[in-house]
Amino acid sequence: MRYVIIGSGVAGIAAIEAMRSLDTAGEITLIGDDPYGFYSRPGLAYYLTGELHDKALFPRTADELRKLNFRYINKQVTKILRAEHTLELRDQSGVSYDRLLIAVGAQALPLEVPGADLEGVLKLDHMTDAKRILKQARRGRTAVVVGGGITALELVEGLRSRGVKVHYLLRGDRYWSNVLDKQESQIIERRLQAEGVTLHHHAEVIEVIGRNGKAGSVRLLDGQTLKCDLVAYAIGIHPRLDLAKQAGLAVDRGILVNEYLQTNDPDIFAAGDVAQAYDPLSGRSILDSLWTPARQQGYAAGLNMAGRQTAYLKSPPFNVTRLAGLTTTIIGTVGRGRDEDLVGIARGDSETWRQLPDSMVAQTGFDVNRLRLLVGEKTLLGAIVMGDQKLSRPLEKMISGNMDITPIREKLLTSNAKIADIVVEFWTGKQ
Amino acid sequence: MQILGIFKRDVSNHTVLASGQVVPDPARCVQCGICTYNCPVGIDVRDHAWRGEPVRHSQCLTCGECVARCPRGVLRFEQTDLFARGES
Repeated sequence: MRYVIIGSGVAGIAAIEAMRSLDTAGEITLIGDDPYGFYSRPGLAYYLTGELHDKALFPRTADELRKLNFRYINKQVTKILRAEHTLELRDQSGVSYDRLLIAVGAQALPLEVPGADLEGVLKLDHMTDAKRILKQARRGRTAVVVGGGITALELVEGLRSRGVKVHYLLRGDRYWSNVLDKQESQIIERRLQAEGVTLHHHAEVIEVIGRNGKAGSVRLLDGQTLKCDLVAYAIGIHPRLDLAKQAGLAVDRGILVNEYLQTNDPDIFAAGDVAQAYDPLSGRSILDSLWTPARQQGYAAGLNMAGRQTAYLKSPPFNVTRLAGLTTTIIGTVGRGRDEDLVGIARGDSETWRQLPDSMVAQTGFDVNRLRLLVGEKTLLGAIVMGDQKLSRPLEKMISGNMDITPIREKLLTSNAKIADIVVEFWTGKQ
Repeated sequence: MQILGIFKRDVSNHTVLASGQVVPDPARCVQCGICTYNCPVGIDVRDHAWRGEPVRHSQCLTCGECVARCPRGVLRFEQTDLFARGES
């Protein structure tokens, strides 16, 4: 059996581990266009802040990868020839497959304003981008950051920690409005201001103006001009669909796959940020841009490709992140609607977070310790835990396990209820 | 009080040094490597997190550096010898 994987991210590596657990003899080829191969993409945030050295971002040594016994080709795939079961690479060479996994991920949506192609206009997709940002991020310089979600804050905080003056531009009236509520957005914004970030609300860049061929200032919709040395943007991502589209595979917002991660071509699978996976529990096909689902999908795809039928069952989306230095866990469904700062989906995001059915909100906490619960008819639908994280594990279990909360539902919805204490009491009673 | 106990530190540092081990929650981990990077004795904590295995390493000092530095709450201390735990 000849297995070929396109994409060197976590989905691809997990797929190889799965294949090798069942098939030690099969021929595995991994083809990826990232010059740095397999590293922790979410870890780039900590590389930007200086908490980590770039070399620390590689979870596998060359020796460890060698033990998985696969061939690695660092080139770009230009075409999938389905009838011939062959891939065409940038240098015109060909690679044949019996089973193919597409795990090419997603990439930043471009900033579509005049001047966006100037030097000094930066995004954060890959290691190459992070290195480019660090090269520009010198103390005393000024940056304009545009966009929303987690990646935009990673840019803001990374640049700030390098001594760069940061103007953070928000198109709407608050940060990440379709996941966070008003108070949560305010908490984050106040913390950013305390770190010295200048926030601009209702601010939209309409042009990047060059100075000696580099970004020198931005023009805003209201006529204002802000001087800067660099512009960093994170306005959302989109799955890299070119190969799948050209090959005539079924796509929607991502490559459509069934619960076995199989596309409409039975020999081609997709996993990770590029895949829009069917969820048999909700009957929907959903995009996630999260590390753990990518790893789980890659692993399930690998097992299926090697002949062991394994359904990928999606858990409620779950992400722990740091927003303006505040550890925040987002579980299940917590927000609704759209965010003016993002188009589509952001990195570290899940569409599920916004599919909010009618539910009641219980909340508690002040400033750095805040807990918000989305209370459904009989279960908890979602939670945001900011600051103290001790409740995030119990809540994750309660939400993913659809635990019946009837005994505490009324109490949770009483005004001024001490919801943290109620949850703890309920949870410890269940253990 | 059991209910409030969860908001306290799980165990005191003293107890941890005597009888704790670091346990990862792989679902939270993004393999950034901050844990491994900060381990004073060079244990590959991240690899344990990938495999979902507790850090049962003869050189682990249970100093807590990895637990404290992890930005995503992947790591926690777990008692290995419950009888050694004093009332706190």
